Amino acid sequence: MAGGQKRIGKELAEVTKDPPEGITVSLVSEADIYNWDIQLEGPEDSPYAGGTFKLLLALPTDYPFKPPTLNFKTKVYHPNVSNDDKGSMCLGMLRSEEWKPSSKISGVLRTARNLLIEPNPDDAVETQIAEQYKSSRKDFDKIARDWTKKYAKA
Amino acid sequence: MDSEDEFISGMSSDQEMDDDLEDSLGEGEWEYLLLCYFDDDDDQGLFDTQDKDIKSSHKPHEVDFKVIGPREIQAAQDKHIEEAALILGLPTETCAILLRYFHWNKDRLIESYMDRPEQVLENAGFGPSSKSPPKAQVVPGFVCEICCEDEPGLETYAMKCGHRFCVDCYRQYLTQKIKDEGEAARIQCPKEGCSRIVDSKSLDLMVPGDLHERYQVLLTRTYVDDKENLKWCPAPNCEYAVECGIKKRQLNQIVPSVQCTCSHSFCFGCTLNEHQPTPCSLVKKWLKKCEDDSETANWISANTKECPECGSTIEKNGGCNHMTCRKCKHEFCWICMGPWSEHGTSWYNCNRFEEKSGSEARDAQARSRQSLERYLHYYNRYANHEQSAKLDKDLYLKTEKKMTNLQTMSGMSWIEVQFLDQASQILQQCRQTLKWTYAFAFYLQRENLAHIFEDNQKDLEMAVENLSEMFEKPTSELSGLKVDMINRTAYCQKRRIILLSDTAENLRNGVWKFTVDLD
Ligand SMILES: [Zn+2]
Ligand SMILES: [Zn+2]
Ligand SMILES: [Zn+2]
Ligand SMILES: [Zn+2]
Ligand SMILES: [Zn+2]
Ligand SMILES: [Zn+2]
Repeated sequence: MAGGQKRIGKELAEVTKDPPEGITVSLVSEADIYNWDIQLEGPEDSPYAGGTFKLLLALPTDYPFKPPTLNFKTKVYHPNVSNDDKGSMCLGMLRSEEWKPSSKISGVLRTARNLLIEPNPDDAVETQIAEQYKSSRKDFDKIARDWTKKYAKA
Repeated sequence: MDSEDEFISGMSSDQEMDDDLEDSLGEGEWEYLLLCYFDDDDDQGLFDTQDKDIKSSHKPHEVDFKVIGPREIQAAQDKHIEEAALILGLPTETCAILLRYFHWNKDRLIESYMDRPEQVLENAGFGPSSKSPPKAQVVPGFVCEICCEDEPGLETYAMKCGHRFCVDCYRQYLTQKIKDEGEAARIQCPKEGCSRIVDSKSLDLMVPGDLHERYQVLLTRTYVDDKENLKWCPAPNCEYAVECGIKKRQLNQIVPSVQCTCSHSFCFGCTLNEHQPTPCSLVKKWLKKCEDDSETANWISANTKECPECGSTIEKNGGCNHMTCRKCKHEFCWICMGPWSEHGTSWYNCNRFEEKSGSEARDAQARSRQSLERYLHYYNRYANHEQSAKLDKDLYLKTEKKMTNLQTMSGMSWIEVQFLDQASQILQQCRQTLKWTYAFAFYLQRENLAHIFEDNQKDLEMAVENLSEMFEKPTSELSGLKVDMINRTAYCQKRRIILLSDTAENLRNGVWKFTVDLD
């Protein structure tokens, strides 16, 4: 089987035609349907408002049986995004135990954006940021806003 | 010593009670009875063990446990299946599936089945319609949601939930779950949001033939995985499991070290390598602390701040609070982080503020440095013993060589040189214990008991060093040192047991005061 190409093509067409709110999708290169450029607008009622975040969505060759991976290319201050050069986002539905082959990329993108509105500090990759989010929300918001200003505006 | 005896006899009399009840009531009934007495799911010993089979504990730091092999595990499963079949009046194959579905909790299965038999059968994939065996179908106009294929004549399959996918996708999904993820008993329907478990009839039909064996092995594994009182030995390729009655909620009172037939010693609570006297929760905290070395990070954060304008890191090295960012040239006040330009007239205010918060900051810095030094004190000693533990194999190999040399040099027999092997093993065991005493001490509050603990620790450490130096001696001297070495070995063992017993007893009585919560 050609690595789920028919399925990927269909999803790409759907997401391009009718994208989830605040999200724009394109291929990194026309010749490669496994790597997607994602532009994500920071949701209004979050400290990420006003920023535009670049992400890379990579589909494994055995997609949709294995989940895609999602990485922030733009630095972001968030308990569920690793604060390193990978910027990997940890989403429950992207874990192999939870991923179902009928799950859709549009669902992944929507969940990712919702996570900016409502971080999940109990399932954090950055435990110190999660601590701060829980104990001093004001400080967290401030740094998240500062980083948005510094890195996500261009 | 009274309380110690009480504790142990308390444990063994429970065991006796189980056996007595089992004899007088007959199987099945006694489990029900126990269930009523102790509000617990699966407290009963699963294997018909006589007291002589269980390693009975004599010291407060020891727990009762039993090592069981693959055949015994299979036999125990079969016994459960047969008992359930007898009570429910269902075929054994059906009961095996039902038991797996109920995480091998026989009582809950029986209870639920007595209440609502149809519901139970249906949930586990035996709904009324499945009386006709499940089979693949061709459905006109079908589009597979997974691969998006829609060609006519496409074979499809659906369980009772009605979520239909093409047979190829179904197969690939199940293959991946079994082969890559090692799941078998609780694979869910491929549909997002559907938690229906793929029943074994569907699995038999959809799983490629070459995977059936693997799938059966995985099904057997669930039995141990599902039981709180059973754990697989974590040693690589070891097929044994250990049965132990210690519950998760007891882990703040007991550190349950067990040893497998393969000789691997591990903690029944967390399955890490043996870590007495430190309770599992402190082990977890300590390992995490060592991993992210967060203390060092705190120290750095007490000495550096981020420029409020551009965010680059600035280290304060002089006494002046008038800071200028090297990168963006922003001028600000170190104390209040406000722009320096605002400080012209209100300087006095900030100065007063500085005195207070400045000394606070200095205190914080001092505290931070102190706590770093404290951490390093314990960490260095912990790491030192860990290092020695890693040299386990080296030392053992060296010892073996010495034993051979000693035999040829002194004409001693193989039995007569065993004291070296014994000494080397005790030494390693003591080092493992010592290593963990440093993590334990790190979390201890400074009070009288802590001093007693550290005295015990010091005694053991001295005993270990005294034994350890014997291994440096040339082989020619060893035969003359035999008695001395045996004595030192025995002394090490004695100090280790004293330390572990004392610590375990205090832990059980909840008298240790830690600087963190045990959770
Ligand atoms: Zn399909
Ligand atoms: Zn379903
Ligand atoms: Zn083993
Ligand atoms: Zn443990
Ligand atoms: Zn600056
Ligand atoms: Zn100031």
